[in-house]
Amino acid sequence: MAHGGRSRVSGPAIDARALTRRFGTFTAVDGISFQVERGEVFGFLGANGAGKTTAMRMLIGLLAPSSGSATVAGYDVASQAEQVRRRIGYMSQRFSLYEDLTVRENITLFGGIYGLSNRDIAERTGQILSRIGLQRAARELVREIPLGWKQQLAFCVALLHRPAVVFLDEPTGGVDPITRRRFWELIYEAGAEGTSVLVTTHYLDEAEYCNRISIMVDGAIAAMGTPSDVRRGLGAATLDEVFLRLTRPGAAV
Amino acid sequence: MRPFLGFVRKETLHLLRDRQTLAILILLPVVQVLIFGFAVRTDVREIPIVVVDPTPDVATLELRERVAASERFRLVAVAPSTRELDSQFQEGSVRQALVLPRDVERRLGRGDTLAVQLLTDGSDPNTGGIMQGYATAVLRRWHADATPAARGLRIEVATRMRFNPTLESAHLFVPGLVAFVLTIVSALMTAISITREKETGTMEMLLVSPIRPAAIVAGKVTPYIVLGFVSVLLVLVAARAVFEVPLQGSLLLLLAESGLYIVTSLALGIVISTRAPTQRTAMLAALAGLLMPTLMLSGFIFPLESLPSPLQALSHIVPARWFLVVVRGIMLKGAGLPTLWQETLILAGMTVLLLIAGSRRLTIRLD
Amino acid sequence: MRTIFFLVRKEFLQIFRDRTTVLQIFLIPVVQLLVLANAATFDLKQTRLLVVDEDRTTVSSGLVQRLEGGRQFRVVRRTSSGAGVEQALLDGEVTAVLHIPRRFEQDLVRHHRAPVQLILNAEEGAAVGIVQSSAAAILEAYAGELERTLPVMRGSSSAMMPAAPLDLRAQRWFNPTRDYKHYMVPALMVSLTTIIGLLLTAQNITRENELGTLEQLNVTPMTKVQFIAAKLIPFWLLSLVIFGLGLTIGKTVFDIPMRGSLPLVVLAAMVYLIVVLGLGLWISTVTRTQQQAMFVAFFVILIFLLMSGLFTPLESMPRWAQLAAEANPVKHFVFIMRAVLVRGAGLETVAGPILGLAAGGAAVLTLAVLRYRKSAA
Repeated sequence: MAHGGRSRVSGPAIDARALTRRFGTFTAVDGISFQVERGEVFGFLGANGAGKTTAMRMLIGLLAPSSGSATVAGYDVASQAEQVRRRIGYMSQRFSLYEDLTVRENITLFGGIYGLSNRDIAERTGQILSRIGLQRAARELVREIPLGWKQQLAFCVALLHRPAVVFLDEPTGGVDPITRRRFWELIYEAGAEGTSVLVTTHYLDEAEYCNRISIMVDGAIAAMGTPSDVRRGLGAATLDEVFLRLTRPGAAV
Repeated sequence: MRPFLGFVRKETLHLLRDRQTLAILILLPVVQVLIFGFAVRTDVREIPIVVVDPTPDVATLELRERVAASERFRLVAVAPSTRELDSQFQEGSVRQALVLPRDVERRLGRGDTLAVQLLTDGSDPNTGGIMQGYATAVLRRWHADATPAARGLRIEVATRMRFNPTLESAHLFVPGLVAFVLTIVSALMTAISITREKETGTMEMLLVSPIRPAAIVAGKVTPYIVLGFVSVLLVLVAARAVFEVPLQGSLLLLLAESGLYIVTSLALGIVISTRAPTQRTAMLAALAGLLMPTLMLSGFIFPLESLPSPLQALSHIVPARWFLVVVRGIMLKGAGLPTLWQETLILAGMTVLLLIAGSRRLTIRLD
Repeated sequence: MRTIFFLVRKEFLQIFRDRTTVLQIFLIPVVQLLVLANAATFDLKQTRLLVVDEDRTTVSSGLVQRLEGGRQFRVVRRTSSGAGVEQALLDGEVTAVLHIPRRFEQDLVRHHRAPVQLILNAEEGAAVGIVQSSAAAILEAYAGELERTLPVMRGSSSAMMPAAPLDLRAQRWFNPTRDYKHYMVPALMVSLTTIIGLLLTAQNITRENELGTLEQLNVTPMTKVQFIAAKLIPFWLLSLVIFGLGLTIGKTVFDIPMRGSLPLVVLAAMVYLIVVLGLGLWISTVTRTQQQAMFVAFFVILIFLLMSGLFTPLESMPRWAQLAAEANPVKHFVFIMRAVLVRGAGLETVAGPILGLAAGGAAVLTLAVLRYRKSAA
């Protein structure tokens, strides 16, 4: 398939059911269930080691679930991984672009891998460059461009093939709030176009930007809903408070 | 001191947890001793030889039996003519051929000249010469015994091998192996390990910490010093246990000199690491600039005397060359410090120079 | 298919962008070849000899003169007593001692045979064989000379002339110039190409793993086979170029023989490199860090090179080692190289090994493909 394409059925973009992952005797993800709708921006919160990254890796097909199931864009992540991969985009914590290739070369490479025609690649490259403001840096090595731009570039590359869902793992680490804000504008644009976005983050102000959020504690989802629902549900004024309460030992849900 | 020790501890744990590398570092010396002892041989045996015997008779039978009985040769076939020789040599299934004339017995009886052709595969000039020597010896002995009526003059050579009476391969290579293994463990590993910190960026973190750069490097190499000694002992134990390689001289002296060489190699590894930006560069540099010279220019496999003059000169700056003299001296000749003080001094001098070179670059920048 | 094209393009961009990389990949083998080809030889320049002549007759002096006159030996010292021999060997002043006993001439005249003792420093054992053969040859020649030129040697009681003299014509086939380089240069070429190919492939893939770019690729629709092909193709081409460079240098600088068909050698190289690179690939699937990958690769290379007959003859190895060598791709390639280049063999001889290499390559690649998983279990 040339482009990502829409979901097979008009069901949820992500549908996780009792998704579990064990490493030996340690349970990293403990039977989580949730759904993400089309065009939704879903925030995946939790302390370090809570299981966010493991859960995400299962959804994108990098890790096999120990039990439970999940579908992404209508396809089962365990048995139909290749179809899933065609319809998703991914930006890891290390926003793995090739540092020793130029901006343009990175876009071309991933465009080619996702099956875009040469004309589409050229077109998309122009769009991305002007959207982010990298026209002048098109021939620069990714290694040389500032962090904020790297992140935005990685995001756009993840969207090259217009996937149904894009997964972002801590995408805005290490930049100032203004740059983060700009990044989130990109996320909104993607959401408005119908792409679902699952993003993990530490920044609780970013959590407020999401349509809905979930908070993972020790491998399970401790709270889920719109940011205001979650706050109200725990009688807290800020998400900060919610977070602290949930992640403190012995906290009740 | 405390932070330094903590750092050493971290490095050691790091090394111990890397099971694969550790396994190889322990296997390497042992496997090499085994290979060099059992498999790598410079002498020649089981030479595939063909005897071309157009008219077999009692005399030629005697010759053929001698050839077949010799453990140096493996009599592949007795052919009636030289027709197949070309292709057999080309294939490599035959490396020597003894071509006898017709009616050998009769010629011997009549006292005629016996014209024999000895064809040897000379691709490898070294083994070619040796093979030729062996075959000639067998042939001449047979001929002398087959013509009792007239004995030519014979000068009989009794050969004694000193310092390695059985010509056991292991004896020859083990000293060189000690040097080789230490070069790998100390220099190669150190270079890669330090470069790794540079590449992943953790080196910068360390540089900002209160530990001095020299201490960082010292901490990094300490586990490899220990590993170096372990490797030496492994080589010695394996060689002793399996091949009974002797240790004529003092073990203490050997360990002390090994300690010196370990530091030399470490210094080399450090120097390489200060110049190499990535791990791959470090490895290739170590391979080309260190391992190959240690293998080829130190007298390990190829004799120093065989080197052309420019390379002989070059070999003087290869530390392994000097270390090899020391190890061979101690192990095979039982030599002591009085005999080896020059080489020891040279090694020590090299070490000091290398350490200075390495540390100077370190204190400037570590990138 | 297109995916492979894009991936291969990326590899080449990465490799050639960095000048040091290019230098490393091409320069190192070339320099090594040029320098080390001159080093790898067992040719003895001259053996330093100490002669202990207890006989001190014309006959024994004649022998010493013979030794001095030849190229093999350099008579460093002559003494008439055996004292100090051990020390001379220990010190390294000489590497060989020829001890001519007291009744040398007498024994030759009366009994037609006389013993001498040759003491060799067997430290660097490789040289021993040659020294022995040379000495034996010189002694034999001298004995023959004595027979012919000194009538008194012919003796009165025994027959006048040695009946049925042996006319031995010894010939060396292949490498008539006896240039050791002709033998070693192809060996070095193979070693260096193998080292670079294997090391680079293993290290390169592991690096992507370490950096995280591999993970990014694993999330795309790229398949295992596409990935492996895209990694192998550039390094395969590079290694072939290095090999070609080696051949060119071999011919132009060292004038190595190329008796057989060059295309055949190149074909063999193509198949061989698939095996080698496949091994590098497989190594990258079992290691996690570059350090590990390079180290494992190095270990494997070392064993393969040593047990391949490259540096020491296979026939001298014990049975088990020779059997094990059948599984060693280097061994087969070296055989092909030497058979075709040095001995001028043709397709019939090398078809077997080539097919064997092809099978090996298929096996290794299959293993690597099976091991490579885009997702962890």
